[in-house]
Amino acid sequence: MRRIGVFVCHCGSNIAATVDVKKVVEMALQEQGVVHAEDYPYMCSEAGQVRIAEAIREHQLTGMVVCSCSPRMHEATFRKCAERNGLNPYLVEIANIREHCSWIHKDMAEATEKAVILMRAAVAKVHLNAPLQAGESAVTKRALVIGGGIAGIQTALDIADAGYKVDIVEKEPSIGGRMSQLDKTFPTLDCSACILTPKMVEAASHENITIHTWSEVEKVSGFVGNFTVDIRKKARYVDMDKCTGCGVCQEKCPSKKSLNEFNRGLNTRSAIYTPFAQAIPNVPVIDATACIKLKTGKCGICEKFCQVGAINYAQTDEIITEQYGAIVVATGFDTIKLDKYGEYAYGHSKDVITSLELERIMNAAGPTKGHLERLSDGKAPKEIVFIQCVGSRCSDDRGKPYCSKICCMYTAKHAMLIRDKYPDTNVTVFYIDVRTPGKNFDEFYRRAVEDYGVNYIKGQVGKVAPQPDGSLLVHGVDLLENKQILKKADMVVLATAIEPNADVRKIATMLTASIDTNNFLTEAHPKLRPVESPTAGVFLSGVCQGPKDIPETVAQAGAAAVKVIGLLAKDKLKTNPCTAKADELRCNGCSQCANVCPYGAISYETRLVNDHGIREDRRIAVVNSALCQGCGACTVTCPSGAMDLQGFSNRQLIAEVDAICR
Amino acid sequence: MNKVEEIKTISGVNPLKCMKCGKCSASCPSFNEMDIKPHQFVTYVINDDVEALANSKSAWKCLSCFACIERCPRDVKPGKVIDAARQILIRQRGQEGLSADEIPALLDEETPQQLLMSAFRKYRR
Amino acid sequence: MPVTENWKPTIVAFCCNWCSYAGADLAGSSRLAYPADVKIIKVPCSCRVNPMFILRAFEKGADGVILCGCHPGDCHYSTGNYYARRRMTLLFSMLDYLGVEEGRTRVEWVSAAEGVKFSETMNSFVEKVRALGPNVRLGDLRCKN
Repeated sequence: MRRIGVFVCHCGSNIAATVDVKKVVEMALQEQGVVHAEDYPYMCSEAGQVRIAEAIREHQLTGMVVCSCSPRMHEATFRKCAERNGLNPYLVEIANIREHCSWIHKDMAEATEKAVILMRAAVAKVHLNAPLQAGESAVTKRALVIGGGIAGIQTALDIADAGYKVDIVEKEPSIGGRMSQLDKTFPTLDCSACILTPKMVEAASHENITIHTWSEVEKVSGFVGNFTVDIRKKARYVDMDKCTGCGVCQEKCPSKKSLNEFNRGLNTRSAIYTPFAQAIPNVPVIDATACIKLKTGKCGICEKFCQVGAINYAQTDEIITEQYGAIVVATGFDTIKLDKYGEYAYGHSKDVITSLELERIMNAAGPTKGHLERLSDGKAPKEIVFIQCVGSRCSDDRGKPYCSKICCMYTAKHAMLIRDKYPDTNVTVFYIDVRTPGKNFDEFYRRAVEDYGVNYIKGQVGKVAPQPDGSLLVHGVDLLENKQILKKADMVVLATAIEPNADVRKIATMLTASIDTNNFLTEAHPKLRPVESPTAGVFLSGVCQGPKDIPETVAQAGAAAVKVIGLLAKDKLKTNPCTAKADELRCNGCSQCANVCPYGAISYETRLVNDHGIREDRRIAVVNSALCQGCGACTVTCPSGAMDLQGFSNRQLIAEVDAICR
Repeated sequence: MNKVEEIKTISGVNPLKCMKCGKCSASCPSFNEMDIKPHQFVTYVINDDVEALANSKSAWKCLSCFACIERCPRDVKPGKVIDAARQILIRQRGQEGLSADEIPALLDEETPQQLLMSAFRKYRR
Repeated sequence: MPVTENWKPTIVAFCCNWCSYAGADLAGSSRLAYPADVKIIKVPCSCRVNPMFILRAFEKGADGVILCGCHPGDCHYSTGNYYARRRMTLLFSMLDYLGVEEGRTRVEWVSAAEGVKFSETMNSFVEKVRALGPNVRLGDLRCKN
């Protein structure tokens, strides 16, 4: 019989206000095997842990139950406390009477009754807990960063500077990401390329960083400290070692009609291309869907003009397999598709554009060489209307329910830049709310209004109607004046909602990282562990976790890097001892468990078994505890009931069921 | 059921979802004719002043073009709110609607059956 | 068991550690109420839940059993919830034969970010079980130990 101590936490008033903690203590003392029970305002505090330590010694406890917050919060705290005081940490169970009880129930009698039942279930389980020893596994001292935008680059640089090897996998031909498409950045208006390209160069030349562009993650297996990742290096048709980046091939290429993705499809590019002038690596790729040689076998002009013989039409995709200790997801974002927003005439008129398209138009390397002009007729617009919250804050199925966070600021930036460069152009911004929390952010927005004369009107636009004369009639409203507004504009810019990159769901599935309904990756704790995924060894950097601007992205990238460094600095990791184990007397070697094991942790060996005096060689399942992650799939599959999961054994779970249904 | 609950039930709208973006008012072709503007409809429901809404000019100026319903980003549908206000008014008056025995006198050869049925449905609930 | 005015159902909820248990925690920290009749048992993965546990719960007097796991494709262990789904489909198809109504069991996918869904799921499940009343039909089989 175990000697069990029950510790009931008040959590200040979080628990004690709705659960009668004294009653829980009283009921605990009536449970079989409970030799000690007490309550305390903050069990997790230093003083609370001292009381636990004293109780363990005084009552020679061989098991303990803490009735407190979720085990996801403080299980580790109490297990460590037990271990320090000579009690095996796996003889500690938590009854979650805060998140699962006091916080959701209002009636004290009801909540107390439930807390007592949860306590009983935990006590029943502890009776059957076995002392377990955590094993150890080695850590591969190399990190993988998925995505080569500013988030990925910053994370990789920080990890590399600490002395660890990092690989960046980027699906586009160059690193740089969304930030490389921007013209200027708020709130300082410095040129995006001027601050990004030095970082790109630094990453490319860093001895600890390997960059795989035009590559995608294909498969991930393993676990924290020991991931094995297959990376598909897509055929570039250009030899990276030979190419000097002279650019002649791009000039000579006769297939020039492909939409230029980097310029958001506003102009065209050649079939062999580098996305932008400062691309890293400065090695072009051949777009196989547009290349005449690859499609028809006739052409080969780029090969003819390449002086170093770098063109290789025979190249194929290559899969490389690498080992990593940690993986950082930095997959970034894209703007949402606007085909459901017919009222804004995007796609109907060339002069209705998204903000990201405006960014390219304003950029000297963009489709109009940096001149602000209408894409329909090339004329300079005299009247520009900006519409905010297009697709953001929508609870219908057309848009996104969240605020995209960056639009208020970049719209102020665009308005200001236009008023600065083209003072005779009028700028009107239709807004619902202007949200500018951040250092120097509100000042920036006020400058747009006060110093640059940008006309801010509170009210969403209902419709943009293209007119026969080529202008756009904007149907808006001024809610503060309670007036409807009909405004003729030459150009309309839509502050389009952002959404996580389309590939992120696939990557999250490969990593078994949680993802929410908006495709943002879930953090391990929304406040206290914002850069870690609940999946150990997977970290989050940038917009893949939630909308954020560049300063926040860089801050989060650094934070993710620190977490990775903290992991890679360890030589060994403690492994979870809650692994499966086969009872050799009951196992009949049928192999069903191995079929369902997702980790290949189960193998078979022939062993001499003494079954009640009968000694014979039997085929027995053996679990490799370093590979087993403790899911328990095998335990249910086993037809003879030989397979059981330590820490969550059949008997333990049934004891919990019985205690609840008692 | 009080008026507020009634209007919520008829329209199926949760007025608290409105974030006052004004897209309905920007879209409304009758905006200038209305005394209470589309984006204000929900405020009257929230403030328990359905009476004023039902007796407003807006109730009869709404063309039921559904532009606000189509475009509302918050699924609030001011068009349905004002339609519900109209319904409340019609139900209240009651006697002003058609009754079945009045119909034969109104019939003539030219009246399409369908018009008759829809008028009956609309005014006799 | 006689149906009384104050009858409260006993409901066992098996929640996987990675998604649904965290979803329940989120429901808690967001103060999204659901009836106290629901008692949660943590399992590492929905595939750890042996159909025998569910039968055991009914034997011991549970009025409803719900199993929550990660959404298909999002299982922390890649495939565990698929096994759980198959096993439960098979089990549930036989429960009627054993005398347990269909509405007393349910499988629901709740992610760590879906506190609202967790609370809504529990509310609707409890409502359904309450409507069914006490689980009397397994009464004769119930172990009395």
